Amino acid sequence: MDAILLQILNGLDKGSAYALIALGLTLIFGTLGVVNFAHGALFMIGAFCAVTLSRLLSLSFVTIDETQKDFLGNPLKVETPYVEAWFGPETGAAIIDWSVPLAILFSIPIMALVGLLMERGLIKYFYKRPHADQILVTFGLAIVLQEIIKYFFGANPIPTPAPDVFAGSLDFGAMLGMDPNIIIYPYWRIVYFLFAAVIIGAVFAFLQFTTFGMVVRAGMADRSTVGLLGINIDKRFTVMFALAAVVAGLAGVMYAPINSPNYHMGMDFLVLSFVVVVVGGMGSLPGAVLAGFLLGILESFASMAQVVALLPGINQIIIYLVAIVILLTRPRGLMGRKGVMES
Amino acid sequence: MSLIRKPLNRRSILRAGALGGSALAMPTIFTSRAWSAGYLNEPTGATVTLGFNVPQTGPYADEGADELRAYQLAVEHLNGEGDGGMLNTFSSKALKGNGILGKKVEYVTGDTQTKSDAARASAKSMIEKDGAIMITGGSSSGVAVAVQALCQEAGVIFMAGLTHSNDTTGKDKKANGFRHFFNSYMSGAALAPVLKNAYGDDRKAYHLTADYNWGYTTEQAVRESTESLGWETVETVKTPLAATDFSAYITPVLQSDADVLVLNHYGGNMVNSLTNAVQFGLRDKQVNGKNFEIIVPLYSRLMAKGAGENVKGIFGSTNWHWSLQDEGSKAFVQSFGQKYGFPPSQAAHTTYVQALLYADACERAGTFNPCGVVEALEGFEFDGLGNGKTLYRAEDHQCFKDVLVVKGKENPSSAFDLLEIVEVTPAAQVTYPPDHPQFAGGALGTCNPGA
Repeated sequence: MDAILLQILNGLDKGSAYALIALGLTLIFGTLGVVNFAHGALFMIGAFCAVTLSRLLSLSFVTIDETQKDFLGNPLKVETPYVEAWFGPETGAAIIDWSVPLAILFSIPIMALVGLLMERGLIKYFYKRPHADQILVTFGLAIVLQEIIKYFFGANPIPTPAPDVFAGSLDFGAMLGMDPNIIIYPYWRIVYFLFAAVIIGAVFAFLQFTTFGMVVRAGMADRSTVGLLGINIDKRFTVMFALAAVVAGLAGVMYAPINSPNYHMGMDFLVLSFVVVVVGGMGSLPGAVLAGFLLGILESFASMAQVVALLPGINQIIIYLVAIVILLTRPRGLMGRKGVMES
Repeated sequence: MSLIRKPLNRRSILRAGALGGSALAMPTIFTSRAWSAGYLNEPTGATVTLGFNVPQTGPYADEGADELRAYQLAVEHLNGEGDGGMLNTFSSKALKGNGILGKKVEYVTGDTQTKSDAARASAKSMIEKDGAIMITGGSSSGVAVAVQALCQEAGVIFMAGLTHSNDTTGKDKKANGFRHFFNSYMSGAALAPVLKNAYGDDRKAYHLTADYNWGYTTEQAVRESTESLGWETVETVKTPLAATDFSAYITPVLQSDADVLVLNHYGGNMVNSLTNAVQFGLRDKQVNGKNFEIIVPLYSRLMAKGAGENVKGIFGSTNWHWSLQDEGSKAFVQSFGQKYGFPPSQAAHTTYVQALLYADACERAGTFNPCGVVEALEGFEFDGLGNGKTLYRAEDHQCFKDVLVVKGKENPSSAFDLLEIVEVTPAAQVTYPPDHPQFAGGALGTCNPGA
């Protein structure tokens, strides 16, 4: 029982990341009809927004401490962050400590801009091209983006911790009256899950309750009719692309403390997120979210030692196995519109 | 009388075609200009070319960049430029700072990408197109084994870079290949007594192991070493090499009876699994009345940097560390630090030393002929290169030297000051017989000069 509870919890945070990326992918596919293989790179760029802000806040001036020596035996160069000099050591240290949550605000304009540049600068030229062309160009773009990040940040993972207040874990077991230290879950992963829920809710509310969202939904259902009404649907779809980029970026920002960001992290999530979209149903926003959490939890279960002992290698193929079954039995996915991906 | 002794027919044309085809299909490596000389790529001009095959792209690119820095420094020192680094402390005085055997050292580089096929392709290109007489470098055992086999076939010397799997000088050893870096067995043998002192002899260990060759040999080495102390291994779980989130593997540890977690992971795997383990509060946990502990058998400063504060207090082993105070290490750190502004990593150290050892062997042998170099390196004892007295054992071409047991530093004074040396384990304690079961299989064979 406790093992099952733990794996469900485990699946939630991974599922949150899948759901957020898949949500963006589905938004882009649903509005623009583009299969965007560069979406994982947006997740990675988001994580590096957190790294960048952390480095900006840690920018330091150097003073020479004659009493101490560096590794070459020269007087030690002591670095003091400017924020600590400006706001005092305690406030300055607190600002640096909170760099990841602060990066949420920092990343929104950056991700929106990256999204706009990506769509206006490249992807709009591929709207009328076959999906294979779109996949090739966006995949190429993803490689270019990750090489740029590697050039500036290196190939090694960069630790980007959460604020100290979120260090440690919550003892669920003890809360439920079980033995302590059996079901524990890190605070930051709980924050990540709640954050994902808020973002997903906000995107749905935006599409459901605003005029802009209503027009976009109308455009997704029947693009030409909306165009005939004199509405510039392309402009709105461009905004939706930027919004999808922001959602992926925010998912990356908050994921940075869970696994140290590296230039390759986008690719690690991209393929799985595509499977999530297919399982959820191409173009279905609720489907993407549902499938994200379902597959996240399923992947966690498949990684349990007992399951792997019974079916060796199942942890590496479970998601693809589910995708095959879904594509064979229900090609439109769990919540896809009838006709999509079906002959 | 006809000039054509046998009439042309379908069969003879087919036979000629097959012969011609196979001649064309034969790798140029076997038909290159080297055939005409005594050995492959014999340098005939005023220069000699070495091939530095390091990961310049891919997940270990930072480690590869550090290896390349070290090689460039070694080339400078061999050519008599700079401060001479460890040439000044090396016990052998054959190198004079005038290149190797009077020829100026030049180099070409290849990108292994930490992929065996890419590494073989770049090594092959350096041998065939650039005339490299020796290939060195790399940051993975898979790559080392693959390139070592290629160099054996081709007939050039391979001086391995960072490779820790037992197999490199175990079942996959080759006469043309030499490893200065330590191995999994040595890590286990060095760590076990320190772990016993720190955590006692009544412990239950849970292993998470990267699902590839290096992971297996490291798990076996640490398991056998700790079990010989009285530790019990409660579970060993393989984790996919591509895994990034280890939470699903960490949480079952909480529910096991284990009080020690051994992470047989390297690189990004190590950074992520250690970070996840600390996030899940394993280090705050009490099991069987003892503090829960985590062990990382193979440490690297570059990886420790990626894991940040999570490495604090965690034991592991390493081949070399810049804080060592012997004359060789000090000379190397000074030289490298002056040139690049930061201390060298263990990858930089082992590759620098390998370049010097190769050059020295050529000088002592009086030839670049791989068979002469092999003879000079086999059984060679030296000192002054940062690890104390060292032996290149003839039977398996493995270096035997002191091994460092390190611990993540609690209060680092700089971005490089992440590990502290807990113990320098003497070479005798990590030495094993050539026929040790962990190194069983394979044969060194005979040297191949490629001609």
